[in-house]
This record gives sequence, C-alpha cells and structure tokens, in this order.
Amino acid sequence: MFRKYFVMLSLASILTLLALPAIISADDTAVTNPPAQVVAVAAAVPAPAPAAKIDSGDTSWVLTSTALVMLMTLPGLAFFYGGLVRKKNVLSILMQCGVMLCVISLQWVLFGYSLAFGPAKGFWGGLQWIGLSGVGFAPYPDYSPTIPHQLFMIFQAMFAVITPALIVGAFAERMKFSAFLLFSILWSTFVYCPVAHWVWGVGGFLRDMGALDFAGGTVVHINAGIAALVTALVLGKRKGYENQPIPPHNIPFTVIGAGLLWFGWFGFNSGSALSASGLAVSAFVVTNTAAAAAGLAWALLEWVHNGKPTTLGVATGAVAGLVAITPASGFVGVIPAIVIGIMVSVICFIMVAFVKPKIGYDDSLDAFGVHGIGGIWGALATGLFASKAINPAGSDGLFFGNPAQFLVQLKAVAVTIAYSLVMTLIICKVVDLIVGLRVKEKDEIMGLDLTQHREGAYTVLE
Amino acid sequence: MKMVIAIIQAHRLDDVKKELYKEEVNLITVNEVLGHGRQMGVSEVYRGVKENGNLLRKIRLEIAVNDAFLERTIKAVTRGARTGEVGDGKIFVLELQDCIRIRTGETGGAAIG
Repeated sequence: MFRKYFVMLSLASILTLLALPAIISADDTAVTNPPAQVVAVAAAVPAPAPAAKIDSGDTSWVLTSTALVMLMTLPGLAFFYGGLVRKKNVLSILMQCGVMLCVISLQWVLFGYSLAFGPAKGFWGGLQWIGLSGVGFAPYPDYSPTIPHQLFMIFQAMFAVITPALIVGAFAERMKFSAFLLFSILWSTFVYCPVAHWVWGVGGFLRDMGALDFAGGTVVHINAGIAALVTALVLGKRKGYENQPIPPHNIPFTVIGAGLLWFGWFGFNSGSALSASGLAVSAFVVTNTAAAAAGLAWALLEWVHNGKPTTLGVATGAVAGLVAITPASGFVGVIPAIVIGIMVSVICFIMVAFVKPKIGYDDSLDAFGVHGIGGIWGALATGLFASKAINPAGSDGLFFGNPAQFLVQLKAVAVTIAYSLVMTLIICKVVDLIVGLRVKEKDEIMGLDLTQHREGAYTVLE
Repeated sequence: MKMVIAIIQAHRLDDVKKELYKEEVNLITVNEVLGHGRQMGVSEVYRGVKENGNLLRKIRLEIAVNDAFLERTIKAVTRGARTGEVGDGKIFVLELQDCIRIRTGETGGAAIG
C-alpha cells in the first residue's frame, strides 16, 4: 500500500529535478523597488537606506493589502475553521477569531509593535514605541521607505492578529474561553513578537544571518503550527475522537473561508512587497500559481487514494499551497511555485491522512499538519528556489548555485521550532495553573457555544 | 386503527404522495431520517481518513389509517416508492391505540376520517 505513495513522492521529486532547467533558464524581470522588509545577505556594512519619500501607489496598495489580510482572519479563517467543527461549536470558533482581531489589534498598538519591530537589538525590539509614540506618518526607511510608518505598523498588525488565530485550529472544541484569551495574549507577546523581531526586525539575529522569509513562513506558519502541535498534545484528544474523523458540519462554510483566504492572501504575500511594483506582481503571480497547483494536486491525490476528489480536499490543498508559498513569494519564479505547490500537497496529505491517525494526536483542524508542515516545507523550499533574478535584495537558493542559503533556512526553521515549542509549552502550563485550559467533560459534550457563550448558532425549533 | 410507518428513498416522496392522494389518504407526517439496511451504507472520507458513520438519507412517512384503508395505503406507498433497486425501503404497520383530533376532540376512527 505504501508503495503507491513512495511512487507519488518519487514522481514529485523527479518533477522538481526536471523543472530545474526551466527554472535556471527562466528570464524573470528584476524588481524596481527592493522592499526594505526583505533581507539582503548578511553584510558587514548595511545597504544605505533609499530616500524616504511617500509614494501614493505603494501606499494605496499596502493600505488595500492591510484590509485584505484583515479579511483573512474574519471571516476567512473563522469560516474555514467554523465549517470544520461540529454544529454545537461553530460559534466558539467565530468568537475566538473575532475576539482575536479585537484583542491583538489593541495589544499591537499598545506595545506589540514596539516589541516586534522596535529599534532595540537582541531578544525584543524594546519599548521605545509603546503606544505608538514616535511612530508617525513619515516613512521609517529601515522597514519601508515609501509608505508612512503607521501604515507599515498596521499592516504588520494584521499578521500579528492572524498568527495566534491559526492555533485555534488545534485546540478547537475543547478550550475554555478564558484560557483562550489569556493564552492568546501571552503567546502573541512572548512568542510572536520575539520571533517577528528576529526574522523581520532591524537587528534581528535571524535576519542578520540572512534568513529569507518574505511574508511569514517562519514567523506566522511554522510558529503557529508548532504551537498548534503543542496545544493539541497538552489539551489531549476531544471526547469521542478515537482515530476516526469528526465530520465537518458545514463544508460550504469551509469553502467560503478557503476562497476568502486565497483572496486575502494576495494582500498577505503581494502586500509584503511594501510597494506597488514588479516585486508585488511577482509575489501575486506565484501566490496564485502555488495555490492552484496545490489545490489540484490534493484533489488528484484523493482521486488516487480514496477513489474520489473531495471539496474539502481542494480547499485544504489550496490553503496548504498558500502557506508554502508565503516565505518564498518574493523570491521564486513561477515554475518553482508550481513545484512548491505540488510538493506541499503531497507532504501535507501524507501527514494528515497517514501520520496523524497513526500517531493519534488530535490536531482538530490540522493547524500543525497544514500550517506547520506546510510552513516548514515553504521555508526550506525558499532555500532551494530563491533567485536574485526575481529579487536582487534576496539571495540565490540551492538550485541557483548557493547551497549555503538552504542551511541558513534550516537554521532559522530549527530556531523557530525550538523556541515556539518550549515557550508555548510554558505558556500552556501557566494558563492551566491560572484558569485551567480544558472545559469540563460535560461542557464539551454539550458544546462550547452553549456552555462558554450561552448562544446557539442555529435554531432547530422556532 | 393502524399506524403505517414507511421509510422510502428520498427522491420518491413526490410519487408516493401522488399515489396516496389518489387513494384519498390525505393525513400524513413526513421527516428526513438517516439509516441503512444490509448493504451497510456508504462511508464518507475527510482529509484522507474514512469515517465510520455510514448512514444514508431517507424519508420517513407516518400515516394513521382506519383498518379499511390499510391495504390501499400500503399498495399506494409501494407503487410510489418501488424502483426495483436496493434501498427502496420498508413499511411497518403498528397497532394504533387511539387517535384524537385536537380541534374538535373527536376520537377513534372519526378522528382519522
């Protein structure tokens, strides 16, 4: 039986190798405005900051992207996850995503932005920008030379919002709302902010090491994915989950969510160019391409494995593709994007359909299986396929003659995994001591909507 | 008096209703149910993992009849519901102890009309 999958994995790897000539000979146009968020390979002398003048095209695009990324949390992720849980828990998911938007929006402007992007070096960015003091409307050239500083801040806010929201997928249907609130605030402050600082902040050590993460493969997906695994293991399995799937109550919701995520992801990736430029277009194109390749690949995998392709499969595959292309979106061309998309579906499908049931942990909505694993593949794939021809401010990857980049990516991935794992575990224990993580068994059976929120989502008898 | 409970294929409901109206059986309660017979249903798959539940959608009809109408009702349901394929369903006949029309208080056969 496993021969089938070995064959598929081999085919996918051969595809990658065959695509090499196409990749290497592809003539992609270089970028006109290299964004400051993208890291140049570690240099002794930092590149001189470009002249700081607000560009209306760049500002319009990043404003729009900010709104697009906000859409990804609510309603995108909210309904993507909401459709996957049972009827009795759908409001708890919508509530968690909605409240996350409120809470982290506030946390970010009060101190989160300062901790993540502040000018201090080391573990954190410091408290210089608490309450957005010093964060004005002139550009801050180290991050974004052509858009107002506050715009960069609010754009980043939406990333800070969606990252802890991803973890909801791991502890869905069994976490206390009070525990969720406390966990989210602590996690965002002590895990998201530091990692964002290391990868994107000025003086961040992973950034200075040369790690490439265009829009958040490490900072968002691996970070949240590992936290998801930890919370799933700490909380334990849902009642009634005995290695059999609990069917989604509303797959149409999940498809709506997936579509909104795909749409919003254009802001997530393309907006991370921080400019309305060739790079933004390149990121847009590879984002769409990877999602398409991954969605189709998952459908084909299911067709072979289960006899029929499913809607849930295409939705899941597309999201996996979007996850994987995220760190690579500003560095790779269109053929690598296809390969990245196909491979992420193969890897995540094996993870979700075989490894997870075999090990038996209950990552309810596959936050680790899709976001964590997909993010790891994406970060490593960036080390394989990155090309200076796409983005001169980046690096070349292994397939472009620079195997060192792959090692740098590996290091960044390892650091993020280790830190997220340990810190999330500590935070889980702390929250458990203060309020208790998991709901009582009878509350879990009755459903979180009624027990945590005294609300029913759907009337049965009117 | 008898209570006839019929489990039929979901798509045969319109035909069954038509046949019943032809026989002047106009009192009927309908709801959607899940179930399976000896073929054990069809199992669904989510993200590559098969689920164990295997129930199919069916329609259930409940018809209270006077003894005189029992044969015609059963024949009507059968005519409307039969396709000859596996999954056509079953008819159960239960003894009905009493029937009361709420609006007028009539009991027994008169309440069924």
